[in-house]
Amino acid sequence: MSIDWRSYDPTPFYDELIASKGKPRGPSRHLTDYLSSLDDAEIQARKKAAELAIVEMGISFTIYSEGENIDRAWPFDIIPRVIPRREWRAVEAGLVQRLTALNMFINDIYNGQRIVKDKIVPEYVFANSRNFRKQCLGITPPHGVWAHICGSDLVRDKDGTIYVLEDNLRVPSGVSYMLENRQVTKRVFPELFENSSILPVDEYPAQLFDMLASISPRPQDYPTVAVLTPGIFNSAYFEHSYLAQRMGAHLVEGADLVVGDDDCVYMRTIDGLARVDVIYRRIDDEFMDPEAFNPESMLGVRGLMRAWRNGKVGLANAPGSGVADDKVIYAYVPAMIKYYLDQDPIIPNVPTYLCVNDDDREYVLAHLEDLVVKPANESGGYGMLVGPHSTKKQRAEFAQLISKDPRNYIAQPTLALSVAPTLCEEGLEPRHLDLRPFILQGVRTDVTAGGLTRVAMRKGSLVVNSSQGGGSKDTWIVDEEA
Amino acid sequence: MLSRVAERLYWMSRYVERAENTARMIKSFNVMTLDMPRSVQLSWRGLVSVTGTDAIFNEHYQRDDERNCVKFLIADAYNPGSVLSTLRAARENVRTTRDLVPTEAWEVVNELYIFARDNVESGINKRARFEFLSEIVQRCQTLGGLVAGCMSHDSAFDFICLGRSIERADMTSRQIDAGAVQLLIGKDDPQPHEGLLWTTVLRAQSGFQMYRQHVKRRINGVDVVRFLLQDTLFPRAVAHSVAQAEAALGRLPHNDIPLRLAVQARRHVLEADVEKLIVAEELHDFIDVVQTEIGDIHDAIVQCWFPQAVATA
Repeated sequence: MSIDWRSYDPTPFYDELIASKGKPRGPSRHLTDYLSSLDDAEIQARKKAAELAIVEMGISFTIYSEGENIDRAWPFDIIPRVIPRREWRAVEAGLVQRLTALNMFINDIYNGQRIVKDKIVPEYVFANSRNFRKQCLGITPPHGVWAHICGSDLVRDKDGTIYVLEDNLRVPSGVSYMLENRQVTKRVFPELFENSSILPVDEYPAQLFDMLASISPRPQDYPTVAVLTPGIFNSAYFEHSYLAQRMGAHLVEGADLVVGDDDCVYMRTIDGLARVDVIYRRIDDEFMDPEAFNPESMLGVRGLMRAWRNGKVGLANAPGSGVADDKVIYAYVPAMIKYYLDQDPIIPNVPTYLCVNDDDREYVLAHLEDLVVKPANESGGYGMLVGPHSTKKQRAEFAQLISKDPRNYIAQPTLALSVAPTLCEEGLEPRHLDLRPFILQGVRTDVTAGGLTRVAMRKGSLVVNSSQGGGSKDTWIVDEEA
Repeated sequence: MLSRVAERLYWMSRYVERAENTARMIKSFNVMTLDMPRSVQLSWRGLVSVTGTDAIFNEHYQRDDERNCVKFLIADAYNPGSVLSTLRAARENVRTTRDLVPTEAWEVVNELYIFARDNVESGINKRARFEFLSEIVQRCQTLGGLVAGCMSHDSAFDFICLGRSIERADMTSRQIDAGAVQLLIGKDDPQPHEGLLWTTVLRAQSGFQMYRQHVKRRINGVDVVRFLLQDTLFPRAVAHSVAQAEAALGRLPHNDIPLRLAVQARRHVLEADVEKLIVAEELHDFIDVVQTEIGDIHDAIVQCWFPQAVATA
């Protein structure tokens, strides 16, 4: 039994590959035709090959469960998700526009707060933000850029509109999986790459290195770049080591670094201390430097903040960038784009109700059943209420939480997330997905060709996080004109 | 390179070498048991003693029969020297230094561990043991080949060489000691099957064929000990391994102390009069000293380059 597209029905959702029952979309026709030419045994063989490749290549993520850290094979669905290049160009422009405005906002917040004085954004929004760092006031990092690496989550609604769901400006992860997913797909479906123009994704590590080099305090050709990881027990350790390897950078832990009396950062090498120019830190602000932030932190480097403030080391992302990584701030991004760039947003926001506003809160409390409620400062899909899938008891709990701390909650309409054909136990089935492209900003701005597509493997589920049973797909930007 | 990374690469290399040596040793002993007449009692326990893990063994087992000993040496998680434990440790060490070793090297170690984990039962059972152990040895060798063929000869490479050489010197000296204690001490007449036993000791280091080519005399205790201890061309001989360590040490910065210790140890090994030591029943003590010297080189490496030394500096 091979794949029969006539028996695949994504209704009522927007499907990324199929326009309507039996009718593939233009850019994915090549893929769907090819898939239906394979019989069931062949498809299963490719699936097996992908699983084997993932184990052999050691593509894993770590989860913490029952008091133990477990290294799990990366969950991957072999059927790629296709986006036409024409559409992607607009998304790309929208992401560049968005990150540019966000960086101008962060720089403004730490230098003068013009946007508050002009009454575009109310002061409480950042003053109470858990990620606002007063230690950063008065600092302007190189190029005025704070968030150098951004992972924005995009979703598509029923009518095909793409929205930005959130911007991750602290330590967004997932890019290594985007790169590895492509490697695996090339191994599993080499034939497909011969006859179609799929944009390559593997420039990312080189672009990341160039961006990091551009914020070096010692302008030179070969700055010493290090990736700072919390260590092997971090869920993204695979990615830290992967990126260090691909960039030819050092993978360091806090204990490997020391800040000298000259405020420069050094690493402990077999040949004594060696200066580090740029640190791509994958540790949260709070744990980065026990001298400036959490004094209990065992992961950080004493004096790192001092070194950065004095311009002796480049840090990406800059401490304090997280102030814009807040779901309340998110609601103001369209206004920011208008204010700083005098442009209309290219990619729309999902309509957002701020519980701190009386009108909004009243509406949210009356419509909990239809809305998604999120805490302002959490990531990873934790602490959320998905209205349509919730119980009465859960809604009562959230009503209380919201009334107690309205500043910390926002609500959005439940989007009918788009789906794509996914190989499940039951066969080929539509499953909901999102997309996380990565944007690099230094002197110039680069956007990945596509990004990491995360897919909810359980039927009907909207939760795509790998820590909660989500899977992933290779993402193809297909150039039809080429 | 980072001190922490140097340490992990060194241990990764030691662990892989240890797994390979243990696999070779069991394999060669296994072959010998098939040749021995049924009247001869063979003790698998001797292999446990060679790896210096008697105390742990006693904690967990009452009987030192073949199955228990082999299971202990190959599979047991509470034996830090078992093939599976060392491979797991090697994998953890490469996993945390993946940024420095060639990707294929990580894949080899990763697959090696997965292979060992998934097939460990066949190593314990007699029927498939030979194939299992051969596969382990071969995959360990693949890593050596990859490192030699694909990795720049930088400091990371030197620490890998260092780990391998130190471990090898240590293991070969242990096996000489075991063979010598069992066969030579306090026995005036040649033991029955002595040739076979020495062949096993040679085979455990894959030295049988090279011995035949280079020594050209019939297998006898003195010559075998001399070959495994002092040969400068055979890669698994103690003298050669220490010389390899010396070469790697010579390429690293601030190497004074460990390098001096390695030079001393090699000289000491080469200057020994093996026949006299055996006659005077002093071989065991001599090997003890050599082992202490190898331990001292290791300690000096730790002091010189690994993190705790830097932290107190």
